[in-house]
Amino acid sequence: MSAGTFTPAPGRAPMRTIIGRQIRMELLLTARRGEAVVLAMGVPLLVLLGAGLTHATNLPTDDRLGFVVPGVLALTVMSTAFTGQAITTGYERSYGVLKRLGASPLTRPGLLLAKTAAILVQIVLQVIFLGLVAVLVGWRPQFGDILPAAGVTVLAAAGYSGLALLLASVLKPETTTGAATLIYVVMLAVGGIMFAAPDLGTAGWFLLPLAAHAQALRDTLMNGTGIPLSIWLALGTWAVVWLTLAARKFRWE
Amino acid sequence: MVRYGDTTAVKGVSLRAPRGRVLALLGHNGAGKTSLLQVCEGFRKPDGGTVRVLGLDPVAEHDALMPRLGIMLQSGGVYPWAAAGEILRLFASFAAHPLDPDMLLDRLGLRKVEKTRFRRLSGGEQQRLSLAVALVGRPELVFLDEPTAGMDTEARHTTWQLIEELRSDGVSVLLTTHLLDEAERLADDVVIMRSGEVAATGTPAELTAAAGIDLLEVRADPGLELAPLKARHEVTETSPGEYAITGALDTHALADVLAWFAAADAHVTAVSSRRRTLEDVYLSLTRQHGVAVGAIK
Repeated sequence: MSAGTFTPAPGRAPMRTIIGRQIRMELLLTARRGEAVVLAMGVPLLVLLGAGLTHATNLPTDDRLGFVVPGVLALTVMSTAFTGQAITTGYERSYGVLKRLGASPLTRPGLLLAKTAAILVQIVLQVIFLGLVAVLVGWRPQFGDILPAAGVTVLAAAGYSGLALLLASVLKPETTTGAATLIYVVMLAVGGIMFAAPDLGTAGWFLLPLAAHAQALRDTLMNGTGIPLSIWLALGTWAVVWLTLAARKFRWE
Repeated sequence: MVRYGDTTAVKGVSLRAPRGRVLALLGHNGAGKTSLLQVCEGFRKPDGGTVRVLGLDPVAEHDALMPRLGIMLQSGGVYPWAAAGEILRLFASFAAHPLDPDMLLDRLGLRKVEKTRFRRLSGGEQQRLSLAVALVGRPELVFLDEPTAGMDTEARHTTWQLIEELRSDGVSVLLTTHLLDEAERLADDVVIMRSGEVAATGTPAELTAAAGIDLLEVRADPGLELAPLKARHEVTETSPGEYAITGALDTHALADVLAWFAAADAHVTAVSSRRRTLEDVYLSLTRQHGVAVGAIK
Protein backbone atom coordinates (compact mmCIF):
# COMPACT_ATOMS: atom_id res chain seq x y z
CA MET A 1 0.00 0.00 0.00
CA SER A 2 1.37 3.36 -0.94
CA ALA A 3 1.66 5.95 1.77
CA GLY A 4 -1.26 8.28 2.00
CA THR A 5 -4.11 5.85 1.49
CA PHE A 6 -5.86 7.19 4.55
CA THR A 7 -4.80 10.83 4.27
CA PRO A 8 -7.83 12.70 5.60
CA ALA A 9 -10.22 14.16 3.05
CA PRO A 10 -13.42 14.49 5.05
CA GLY A 11 -16.59 15.81 3.55
CA ARG A 12 -20.24 15.12 3.05
CA ALA A 13 -21.59 13.89 -0.26
CA PRO A 14 -24.43 15.99 -1.73
CA MET A 15 -27.45 15.57 0.57
CA ARG A 16 -29.55 14.39 -2.39
CA THR A 17 -27.16 11.53 -3.05
CA ILE A 18 -27.04 10.57 0.62
CA ILE A 19 -30.80 10.51 1.06
CA GLY A 20 -31.29 8.73 -2.26
CA ARG A 21 -28.89 5.97 -1.26
CA GLN A 22 -30.52 5.64 2.14
CA ILE A 23 -33.99 5.36 0.58
CA ARG A 24 -32.64 2.62 -1.68
CA MET A 25 -31.26 0.74 1.31
CA GLU A 26 -34.53 1.08 3.23
CA LEU A 27 -36.51 -0.30 0.27
CA LEU A 28 -33.99 -3.09 -0.35
CA LEU A 29 -34.16 -4.22 3.27
CA THR A 30 -37.96 -4.11 3.30
CA ALA A 31 -38.14 -6.20 0.15
CA ARG A 32 -35.73 -8.65 1.74
CA ARG A 33 -37.88 -9.30 4.79
CA GLY A 34 -40.44 -11.84 3.69
CA GLU A 35 -42.87 -11.30 6.55
CA ALA A 36 -42.99 -7.58 5.84
CA VAL A 37 -43.87 -8.18 2.22
CA VAL A 38 -46.55 -10.71 3.14
CA LEU A 39 -48.04 -8.33 5.69
CA ALA A 40 -47.93 -5.39 3.31
CA MET A 41 -49.07 -7.11 0.11
CA GLY A 42 -50.23 -10.66 0.79
CA VAL A 43 -52.86 -9.94 3.40
CA PRO A 44 -54.52 -7.06 1.50
CA LEU A 45 -54.45 -9.14 -1.69
CA LEU A 46 -56.13 -12.06 0.06
CA VAL A 47 -58.76 -9.79 1.54
CA LEU A 48 -59.34 -8.14 -1.83
CA LEU A 49 -59.87 -11.42 -3.66
CA GLY A 50 -61.54 -13.23 -0.77
CA ALA A 51 -64.06 -10.64 0.33
CA GLY A 52 -64.31 -8.82 -2.99
CA LEU A 53 -65.06 -11.74 -5.27
CA THR A 54 -66.85 -14.24 -3.03
CA HIS A 55 -69.77 -13.88 -0.71
CA ALA A 56 -67.71 -15.01 2.28
CA THR A 57 -68.75 -11.95 4.26
CA ASN A 58 -71.87 -9.85 4.54
CA LEU A 59 -71.41 -6.37 3.17
CA PRO A 60 -73.78 -3.41 3.42
CA THR A 61 -73.79 -3.06 -0.38
CA ASP A 62 -74.09 -5.20 -3.49
CA ASP A 63 -71.05 -3.56 -5.07
CA ARG A 64 -68.63 -5.84 -3.25
CA LEU A 65 -65.47 -4.60 -4.98
CA GLY A 66 -66.61 -1.01 -4.56
CA PHE A 67 -66.74 -1.61 -0.81
CA VAL A 68 -63.75 -3.89 -0.34
CA VAL A 69 -61.10 -2.29 -2.60
CA PRO A 70 -60.99 1.12 -0.84
CA GLY A 71 -60.78 -0.76 2.47
CA VAL A 72 -57.91 -2.87 1.18
CA LEU A 73 -56.07 0.24 0.01
CA ALA A 74 -56.54 1.78 3.45
CA LEU A 75 -55.36 -1.48 5.04
CA THR A 76 -52.14 -1.52 3.04
CA VAL A 77 -51.40 2.07 4.05
CA MET A 78 -51.83 1.07 7.69
CA SER A 79 -49.72 -2.06 7.41
CA THR A 80 -46.84 -0.18 5.79
CA ALA A 81 -46.90 3.11 7.66
CA PHE A 82 -47.83 1.64 11.03
CA THR A 83 -47.19 -2.06 11.52
CA GLY A 84 -44.17 -2.43 9.27
CA GLN A 85 -42.59 0.81 10.34
CA ALA A 86 -43.10 0.21 14.08
CA ILE A 87 -41.50 -3.23 13.91
CA THR A 88 -38.59 -2.13 11.73
CA THR A 89 -37.85 1.01 13.72
CA GLY A 90 -38.00 -0.83 17.04
CA TYR A 91 -35.41 -3.33 15.91
CA GLU A 92 -33.24 -0.74 14.21
CA ARG A 93 -33.11 1.18 17.45
CA SER A 94 -32.18 -1.88 19.49
CA TYR A 95 -29.50 -2.86 16.96
CA GLY A 96 -27.96 0.60 17.25
CA VAL A 97 -28.66 1.30 13.57
CA LEU A 98 -30.56 4.53 14.24
CA LYS A 99 -27.78 5.81 16.45
CA ARG A 100 -25.08 4.89 13.95
CA LEU A 101 -26.88 6.41 10.95
CA GLY A 102 -27.87 9.49 12.91
CA ALA A 103 -24.19 10.03 13.64
CA SER A 104 -23.13 9.67 10.03
CA PRO A 105 -23.13 12.39 7.37
CA LEU A 106 -26.75 11.34 6.76
CA THR A 107 -27.84 13.29 9.89
CA ARG A 108 -30.96 12.63 11.92
CA PRO A 109 -33.38 14.76 9.91
CA GLY A 110 -31.96 13.14 6.78
CA LEU A 111 -32.68 9.70 8.17
CA LEU A 112 -36.25 10.62 9.06
CA LEU A 113 -36.75 12.12 5.61
CA ALA A 114 -35.38 8.99 3.95
CA LYS A 115 -37.61 6.76 6.07
CA THR A 116 -40.68 8.83 5.26
CA ALA A 117 -39.86 8.84 1.57
CA ALA A 118 -39.29 5.07 1.59
CA ILE A 119 -42.67 4.56 3.28
CA LEU A 120 -44.38 6.78 0.72
CA VAL A 121 -42.69 4.98 -2.18
CA GLN A 122 -43.84 1.64 -0.76
CA ILE A 123 -47.39 2.91 -0.32
CA VAL A 124 -47.52 4.24 -3.87
CA LEU A 125 -46.19 0.95 -5.29
CA GLN A 126 -48.62 -1.10 -3.21
CA VAL A 127 -51.61 1.07 -4.09
CA ILE A 128 -50.76 0.88 -7.79
CA PHE A 129 -50.33 -2.91 -7.62
CA LEU A 130 -53.50 -3.56 -5.64
CA GLY A 131 -55.43 -1.03 -7.73
CA LEU A 132 -54.36 -2.79 -10.93
CA VAL A 133 -55.33 -6.20 -9.57
CA ALA A 134 -58.69 -4.76 -8.49
CA VAL A 135 -59.34 -3.25 -11.93
CA LEU A 136 -58.38 -6.57 -13.53
CA VAL A 137 -61.01 -8.39 -11.47
CA GLY A 138 -63.66 -5.80 -12.24
CA TRP A 139 -63.29 -2.79 -9.93
CA ARG A 140 -64.44 0.43 -11.62
CA PRO A 141 -63.46 3.45 -9.52
CA GLN A 142 -64.24 7.10 -10.23
CA PHE A 143 -61.32 9.48 -10.45
CA GLY A 144 -63.13 12.80 -9.99
CA ASP A 145 -62.13 13.03 -6.30
CA ILE A 146 -58.64 11.58 -6.60
CA LEU A 147 -56.97 14.60 -4.93
CA PRO A 148 -58.98 14.47 -1.68
CA ALA A 149 -58.43 10.70 -1.71
CA ALA A 150 -54.66 11.23 -1.93
CA GLY A 151 -54.80 13.95 0.72
CA VAL A 152 -56.67 11.83 3.22
CA THR A 153 -54.22 9.00 2.54
CA VAL A 154 -51.20 11.20 3.35
CA LEU A 155 -52.95 12.29 6.54
CA ALA A 156 -53.67 8.70 7.54
CA ALA A 157 -50.08 7.67 6.76
CA ALA A 158 -48.77 10.55 8.89
CA GLY A 159 -50.85 9.48 11.88
CA TYR A 160 -49.83 5.84 11.51
CA SER A 161 -46.15 6.81 11.24
CA GLY A 162 -46.40 8.93 14.37
CA LEU A 163 -47.92 6.06 16.34
CA ALA A 164 -45.36 3.63 14.91
CA LEU A 165 -42.40 5.81 15.92
CA LEU A 166 -43.93 6.40 19.33
CA LEU A 167 -44.37 2.68 20.02
CA ALA A 168 -40.88 1.92 18.75
CA SER A 169 -39.45 4.56 21.08
CA VAL A 170 -41.19 3.62 24.30
CA LEU A 171 -41.44 -0.18 24.03
CA LYS A 172 -38.90 -2.95 23.65
CA PRO A 173 -38.68 -4.21 20.07
CA GLU A 174 -40.37 -7.53 20.90
CA THR A 175 -43.21 -5.72 22.64
CA THR A 176 -43.49 -3.26 19.75
CA THR A 177 -43.81 -6.17 17.32
CA GLY A 178 -46.52 -7.77 19.44
CA ALA A 179 -48.44 -4.54 19.97
CA ALA A 180 -48.21 -3.47 16.33
CA THR A 181 -49.38 -6.86 15.09
CA LEU A 182 -52.23 -6.95 17.59
CA ILE A 183 -53.43 -3.50 16.57
CA TYR A 184 -53.19 -4.57 12.92
CA VAL A 185 -55.34 -7.66 13.53
CA VAL A 186 -57.91 -5.75 15.59
CA MET A 187 -58.16 -3.04 12.94
CA LEU A 188 -58.44 -5.67 10.22
CA ALA A 189 -61.33 -7.25 12.09
CA VAL A 190 -63.32 -4.19 13.13
CA GLY A 191 -61.93 -1.54 10.76
CA GLY A 192 -64.65 -1.92 8.17
CA ILE A 193 -62.58 -3.76 5.58
CA MET A 194 -64.16 -7.19 5.24
CA PHE A 195 -67.31 -6.36 7.16
CA ALA A 196 -69.08 -3.10 7.86
CA ALA A 197 -67.45 -1.32 10.80
CA PRO A 198 -69.47 -1.14 14.02
CA ASP A 199 -71.70 1.91 13.74
CA LEU A 200 -70.36 4.28 16.36
CA GLY A 201 -71.36 7.43 14.55
CA THR A 202 -68.80 10.22 14.29
CA ALA A 203 -66.92 8.92 17.36
CA GLY A 204 -66.13 5.80 15.34
CA TRP A 205 -63.94 7.77 12.95
CA PHE A 206 -61.81 8.92 15.90
CA LEU A 207 -61.52 5.41 17.36
CA LEU A 208 -61.00 3.50 14.13
CA PRO A 209 -58.80 5.49 11.77
CA LEU A 210 -58.72 2.56 9.38
CA ALA A 211 -62.51 2.64 9.09
CA ALA A 212 -62.41 6.42 8.62
CA HIS A 213 -59.77 6.20 5.92
CA ALA A 214 -61.58 3.33 4.18
CA GLN A 215 -64.86 5.26 4.25
CA ALA A 216 -63.16 8.35 2.87
CA LEU A 217 -61.76 6.32 -0.01
CA ARG A 218 -65.20 4.81 -0.68
CA ASP A 219 -66.78 8.26 -0.66
CA THR A 220 -64.25 9.52 -3.19
CA LEU A 221 -63.51 6.52 -5.39
CA MET A 222 -66.90 4.78 -5.30
CA ASN A 223 -69.61 7.26 -4.37
CA GLY A 224 -68.06 10.50 -5.59
CA THR A 225 -69.65 12.31 -2.67
CA GLY A 226 -66.60 13.95 -1.11
CA ILE A 227 -65.19 13.30 2.35
CA PRO A 228 -67.21 14.27 5.45
CA LEU A 229 -65.61 16.89 7.66
CA SER A 230 -65.71 14.48 10.62
CA ILE A 231 -63.30 12.13 8.83
CA TRP A 232 -60.89 14.95 7.99
CA LEU A 233 -61.04 15.98 11.65
CA ALA A 234 -60.57 12.44 12.94
CA LEU A 235 -57.56 11.64 10.75
CA GLY A 236 -56.14 15.14 11.28
CA THR A 237 -56.39 14.67 15.04
CA TRP A 238 -54.66 11.31 14.81
CA ALA A 239 -51.82 12.79 12.78
CA VAL A 240 -51.31 15.78 15.09
CA VAL A 241 -51.54 13.80 18.34
CA TRP A 242 -49.26 10.90 17.37
CA LEU A 243 -46.71 12.96 15.51
CA THR A 244 -46.46 15.38 18.43
CA LEU A 245 -46.03 12.58 20.94
CA ALA A 246 -43.54 10.80 18.66
CA ALA A 247 -41.49 13.96 18.25
CA ARG A 248 -41.34 14.30 22.04
CA LYS A 249 -40.56 10.69 22.84
CA PHE A 250 -38.52 9.63 19.84
CA ARG A 251 -35.28 7.96 20.86
CA TRP A 252 -32.29 7.26 18.67
CA GLU A 253 -30.81 4.66 20.96
CA MET B 1 -19.03 15.43 33.55
CA VAL B 2 -21.28 12.50 32.76
CA ARG B 3 -23.74 11.08 35.23
CA TYR B 4 -25.96 8.04 35.24
CA GLY B 5 -28.44 8.71 38.00
CA ASP B 6 -26.33 9.36 41.09
CA THR B 7 -23.27 7.74 39.63
CA THR B 8 -20.72 10.06 38.13
CA ALA B 9 -19.22 8.15 35.24
CA VAL B 10 -16.75 10.75 34.03
CA LYS B 11 -15.51 13.97 35.57
CA GLY B 12 -12.76 16.48 35.05
CA VAL B 13 -11.30 14.83 32.00
CA SER B 14 -9.33 16.81 29.46
CA LEU B 15 -7.82 15.07 26.50
CA ARG B 16 -5.59 16.19 23.69
CA ALA B 17 -5.39 14.08 20.58
CA PRO B 18 -2.83 15.80 18.36
CA ARG B 19 -2.97 15.29 14.63
CA GLY B 20 -1.50 12.05 13.43
CA ARG B 21 -1.13 10.58 16.90
CA VAL B 22 -2.77 7.67 18.62
CA LEU B 23 -4.28 8.34 22.02
CA ALA B 24 -5.31 5.29 24.03
CA LEU B 25 -7.89 5.50 26.77
CA LEU B 26 -7.11 2.69 29.10
CA GLY B 27 -9.30 1.47 31.90
CA HIS B 28 -11.40 -1.34 33.32
CA ASN B 29 -14.92 -1.94 32.14
CA GLY B 30 -16.92 0.82 33.72
CA ALA B 31 -13.98 3.21 34.11
CA GLY B 32 -15.82 5.73 31.96
CA LYS B 33 -14.14 5.18 28.59
CA THR B 34 -17.29 4.58 26.59
CA SER B 35 -19.19 7.34 28.41
CA LEU B 36 -16.44 9.74 27.49
CA LEU B 37 -16.55 8.66 23.84
CA GLN B 38 -20.33 8.99 23.75
CA VAL B 39 -20.03 12.58 24.89
CA CYS B 40 -17.32 13.28 22.31
CA GLU B 41 -19.48 11.72 19.59
CA GLY B 42 -22.49 13.79 20.61
CA PHE B 43 -24.58 10.79 21.61
CA ARG B 44 -24.85 12.16 25.13
CA LYS B 45 -24.92 15.66 26.47
CA PRO B 46 -22.42 16.21 29.24
CA ASP B 47 -24.16 16.77 32.58
CA GLY B 48 -21.66 19.51 33.29
CA GLY B 49 -18.70 21.15 31.63
CA THR B 50 -18.01 21.63 27.96
CA VAL B 51 -16.87 19.33 25.23
CA ARG B 52 -15.22 20.41 22.01
CA VAL B 53 -14.10 18.01 19.32
CA LEU B 54 -12.15 19.51 16.41
CA GLY B 55 -13.30 22.81 17.88
CA LEU B 56 -16.97 21.91 17.53
CA ASP B 57 -19.69 21.15 20.05
CA PRO B 58 -20.60 17.50 19.38
CA VAL B 59 -24.28 18.09 20.20
CA ALA B 60 -25.04 21.59 18.89
CA GLU B 61 -22.75 21.28 15.87
CA HIS B 62 -23.38 17.56 15.33
CA ASP B 63 -24.07 17.80 11.62
CA ALA B 64 -20.90 19.78 10.92
CA LEU B 65 -18.75 17.44 13.00
CA MET B 66 -19.94 14.05 11.80
CA PRO B 67 -18.42 14.05 8.30
CA ARG B 68 -15.02 14.75 9.87
CA LEU B 69 -15.24 11.91 12.38
CA GLY B 70 -14.98 8.19 11.90
CA ILE B 71 -16.86 6.34 14.58
CA MET B 72 -16.55 2.68 15.43
CA LEU B 73 -19.12 1.67 18.01
CA GLN B 74 -18.42 -1.10 20.46
CA SER B 75 -20.99 -3.31 18.80
CA GLY B 76 -23.91 -3.25 16.41
CA GLY B 77 -24.98 -0.20 14.51
CA VAL B 78 -25.53 -2.15 11.32
CA TYR B 79 -28.63 -3.56 9.64
CA PRO B 80 -28.58 -7.32 10.37
CA TRP B 81 -30.09 -8.12 6.96
CA ALA B 82 -27.70 -6.04 4.90
CA ALA B 83 -24.61 -7.64 3.38
CA ALA B 84 -21.18 -6.48 4.46
CA GLY B 85 -20.40 -4.96 1.07
CA GLU B 86 -23.76 -3.16 0.89
CA ILE B 87 -23.20 -1.54 4.26
CA LEU B 88 -19.72 -0.36 3.44
CA ARG B 89 -20.84 1.05 0.08
CA LEU B 90 -23.77 2.81 1.73
CA PHE B 91 -21.49 4.64 4.14
CA ALA B 92 -19.02 5.31 1.32
CA SER B 93 -21.81 7.01 -0.63
CA PHE B 94 -22.35 9.42 2.27
CA ALA B 95 -18.82 10.85 1.91
CA ALA B 96 -17.51 13.41 -0.53
CA HIS B 97 -14.17 11.65 -1.12
CA PRO B 98 -14.59 8.10 0.17
CA LEU B 99 -11.95 5.42 0.19
CA ASP B 100 -12.44 2.63 -2.31
CA PRO B 101 -14.72 0.12 -0.52
CA ASP B 102 -13.09 -2.75 -2.42
CA MET B 103 -9.69 -1.76 -1.11
CA LEU B 104 -11.00 -1.71 2.46
CA LEU B 105 -12.72 -5.08 2.04
CA ASP B 106 -9.42 -6.55 0.85
CA ARG B 107 -7.33 -4.87 3.51
CA LEU B 108 -9.58 -6.06 6.31
CA GLY B 109 -10.01 -9.57 4.99
CA LEU B 110 -13.71 -9.10 4.33
CA ARG B 111 -13.74 -9.85 0.62
CA LYS B 112 -14.99 -13.41 1.05
CA VAL B 113 -17.90 -12.27 3.25
CA GLU B 114 -18.79 -9.28 1.05
CA LYS B 115 -22.18 -10.81 0.20
CA THR B 116 -22.79 -12.24 3.66
CA ARG B 117 -25.42 -10.56 5.76
CA PHE B 118 -24.20 -8.79 8.86
CA ARG B 119 -25.92 -11.13 11.32
CA ARG B 120 -24.17 -14.12 9.76
CA LEU B 121 -20.71 -12.62 10.22
CA SER B 122 -18.49 -13.76 13.07
CA GLY B 123 -17.86 -11.35 15.92
CA GLY B 124 -14.42 -10.52 14.55
CA GLU B 125 -15.78 -9.92 11.04
CA GLN B 126 -18.46 -7.63 12.43
CA GLN B 127 -15.77 -5.67 14.24
CA ARG B 128 -13.67 -5.35 11.09
CA LEU B 129 -16.67 -4.19 9.10
CA SER B 130 -17.40 -1.57 11.78
CA LEU B 131 -13.81 -0.43 11.49
CA ALA B 132 -14.10 -0.20 7.70
CA VAL B 133 -17.30 1.84 8.07
CA ALA B 134 -15.50 4.22 10.44
CA LEU B 135 -12.66 4.75 7.97
CA VAL B 136 -14.43 4.83 4.60
CA GLY B 137 -15.26 8.56 4.72
CA ARG B 138 -11.57 9.51 5.11
CA PRO B 139 -12.09 11.20 8.48
CA GLU B 140 -9.46 13.32 10.16
CA LEU B 141 -10.21 11.90 13.59
CA VAL B 142 -11.39 8.40 14.39
CA PHE B 143 -12.92 7.08 17.60
CA LEU B 144 -12.42 3.36 17.99
CA ASP B 145 -14.20 1.80 20.95
CA GLU B 146 -12.34 -1.40 21.79
CA PRO B 147 -11.45 -1.99 18.15
CA THR B 148 -9.97 -5.45 18.51
CA ALA B 149 -12.48 -6.95 20.95
CA GLY B 150 -13.58 -10.33 19.66
CA MET B 151 -10.88 -10.53 16.99
CA ASP B 152 -8.50 -13.45 16.65
CA THR B 153 -4.76 -12.87 16.85
CA GLU B 154 -4.28 -12.47 13.13
CA ALA B 155 -7.12 -9.97 12.73
CA ARG B 156 -5.80 -8.09 15.73
CA HIS B 157 -2.39 -7.69 14.13
CA THR B 158 -3.97 -6.62 10.83
CA THR B 159 -5.96 -4.02 12.72
CA TRP B 160 -2.92 -2.79 14.59
CA GLN B 161 -1.01 -2.37 11.33
CA LEU B 162 -3.94 -0.46 9.90
CA ILE B 163 -4.04 1.88 12.90
CA GLU B 164 -0.32 2.48 12.54
CA GLU B 165 -0.89 3.33 8.90
CA LEU B 166 -3.66 5.73 9.84
CA ARG B 167 -1.26 7.54 12.10
CA SER B 168 1.47 7.78 9.49
CA ASP B 169 -1.08 9.13 7.01
CA GLY B 170 -2.00 11.91 9.41
CA VAL B 171 -5.25 10.61 10.91
CA SER B 172 -5.71 11.20 14.62
CA VAL B 173 -6.89 8.17 16.53
CA LEU B 174 -8.60 7.97 19.88
CA LEU B 175 -9.07 4.38 20.93
CA THR B 176 -10.29 2.74 24.07
CA THR B 177 -8.91 -0.55 25.19
CA HIS B 178 -8.42 -2.68 28.22
CA LEU B 179 -5.64 -4.54 26.48
CA LEU B 180 -2.36 -3.27 27.80
CA ASP B 181 -0.30 -4.73 25.00
CA GLU B 182 -2.53 -2.93 22.53
CA ALA B 183 -1.97 0.41 24.23
CA GLU B 184 1.73 -0.23 24.60
CA ARG B 185 2.13 -1.16 20.96
CA LEU B 186 -0.06 1.51 19.37
CA ALA B 187 -0.36 4.53 21.56
CA ASP B 188 1.70 7.68 21.36
CA ASP B 189 -0.16 8.92 24.40
CA VAL B 190 -1.95 6.96 27.07
CA VAL B 191 -4.66 8.15 29.41
CA ILE B 192 -5.39 5.74 32.22
CA MET B 193 -8.92 6.19 33.52
CA ARG B 194 -10.16 5.02 36.85
CA SER B 195 -13.67 5.57 38.20
CA GLY B 196 -14.34 8.23 35.62
CA GLU B 197 -11.24 10.26 36.36
CA VAL B 198 -7.87 10.49 34.73
CA ALA B 199 -5.47 8.50 36.89
CA ALA B 200 -2.38 9.07 34.80
CA THR B 201 -1.37 10.43 31.42
CA GLY B 202 1.78 10.34 29.38
CA THR B 203 3.55 8.51 26.64
CA PRO B 204 4.03 4.82 27.36
CA ALA B 205 7.72 5.57 27.94
CA GLU B 206 6.93 8.34 30.41
CA LEU B 207 4.46 6.22 32.27
CA THR B 208 6.74 3.24 32.57
CA ALA B 209 9.74 5.41 33.43
CA ALA B 210 7.95 7.16 36.28
CA ALA B 211 9.27 6.75 39.78
CA GLY B 212 9.34 3.21 41.11
CA ILE B 213 9.60 1.48 37.83
CA ASP B 214 12.08 -1.24 38.42
CA LEU B 215 11.78 -4.62 39.92
CA LEU B 216 14.82 -6.59 41.01
CA GLU B 217 14.45 -10.26 41.71
CA VAL B 218 17.21 -12.07 43.58
CA ARG B 219 17.42 -15.78 44.26
CA ALA B 220 19.49 -16.62 47.35
CA ASP B 221 19.36 -18.60 50.58
CA PRO B 222 15.86 -18.75 51.99
CA GLY B 223 14.85 -17.09 55.23
CA LEU B 224 17.34 -14.21 55.33
CA GLU B 225 16.71 -11.62 58.05
CA LEU B 226 15.49 -8.73 55.93
CA ALA B 227 14.90 -6.08 58.57
CA PRO B 228 18.14 -4.14 57.93
CA LEU B 229 17.48 -4.04 54.19
CA LYS B 230 13.84 -3.13 54.67
CA ALA B 231 15.01 0.06 56.34
CA ARG B 232 16.31 1.23 52.96
CA HIS B 233 14.32 -0.66 50.32
CA GLU B 234 10.96 -2.24 49.57
CA VAL B 235 11.82 -5.91 49.85
CA THR B 236 9.78 -9.04 50.30
CA GLU B 237 10.54 -12.72 50.20
CA THR B 238 7.91 -13.72 47.68
CA SER B 239 8.62 -17.44 48.09
CA PRO B 240 11.41 -19.19 50.00
CA GLY B 241 14.68 -17.95 48.53
CA GLU B 242 13.03 -15.53 46.10
CA TYR B 243 13.42 -11.88 46.99
CA ALA B 244 11.71 -9.05 45.18
CA ILE B 245 12.99 -5.54 45.58
CA THR B 246 10.75 -2.83 44.20
CA GLY B 247 10.96 0.93 44.17
CA ALA B 248 13.15 3.46 42.43
CA LEU B 249 16.30 1.52 41.88
CA ASP B 250 19.11 3.45 40.33
CA THR B 251 22.68 2.17 39.99
CA HIS B 252 23.58 3.07 43.58
CA ALA B 253 20.49 1.40 44.93
CA LEU B 254 21.24 -1.77 42.97
CA ALA B 255 24.80 -1.80 44.29
CA ASP B 256 23.50 -1.23 47.79
CA VAL B 257 21.08 -4.16 47.55
CA LEU B 258 23.68 -6.57 46.22
CA ALA B 259 26.21 -5.37 48.78
CA TRP B 260 23.72 -6.19 51.49
CA PHE B 261 23.38 -9.75 50.16
CA ALA B 262 27.17 -10.02 50.12
CA ALA B 263 27.43 -8.71 53.68
CA ALA B 264 24.82 -11.27 54.75
CA ASP B 265 27.01 -14.02 53.23
CA ALA B 266 24.06 -15.09 51.10
CA HIS B 267 24.65 -17.30 48.09
CA VAL B 268 23.09 -15.39 45.23
CA THR B 269 22.27 -17.78 42.39
CA ALA B 270 20.22 -15.55 40.10
CA VAL B 271 19.50 -11.89 39.64
CA SER B 272 17.01 -10.46 37.24
CA SER B 273 15.67 -6.99 36.74
CA ARG B 274 12.61 -5.93 34.89
CA ARG B 275 11.43 -2.60 33.64
CA ARG B 276 7.91 -1.89 34.59
CA THR B 277 5.43 -2.36 31.81
CA LEU B 278 2.32 -0.36 31.25
CA GLU B 279 0.54 -3.26 32.92
CA ASP B 280 2.47 -2.73 36.16
CA VAL B 281 1.72 1.00 36.10
CA TYR B 282 -1.89 0.27 35.42
CA LEU B 283 -2.24 -2.34 38.12
CA SER B 284 -0.48 -0.25 40.73
CA LEU B 285 -2.66 2.75 39.89
CA THR B 286 -5.84 0.79 40.14
CA ARG B 287 -4.73 -1.16 43.22
CA GLN B 288 -3.47 1.72 45.28
CA HIS B 289 -6.90 3.24 45.13
CA GLY B 290 -8.54 0.07 46.23
CA VAL B 291 -10.35 -0.55 42.99
CA ALA B 292 -10.98 -4.16 42.23
CA VAL B 293 -10.47 -5.46 38.75
CA GLY B 294 -13.83 -5.72 37.08
CA ALA B 295 -16.81 -3.49 36.85
CA ILE B 296 -16.63 -0.23 38.74
CA LYS B 297 -20.06 1.12 37.98
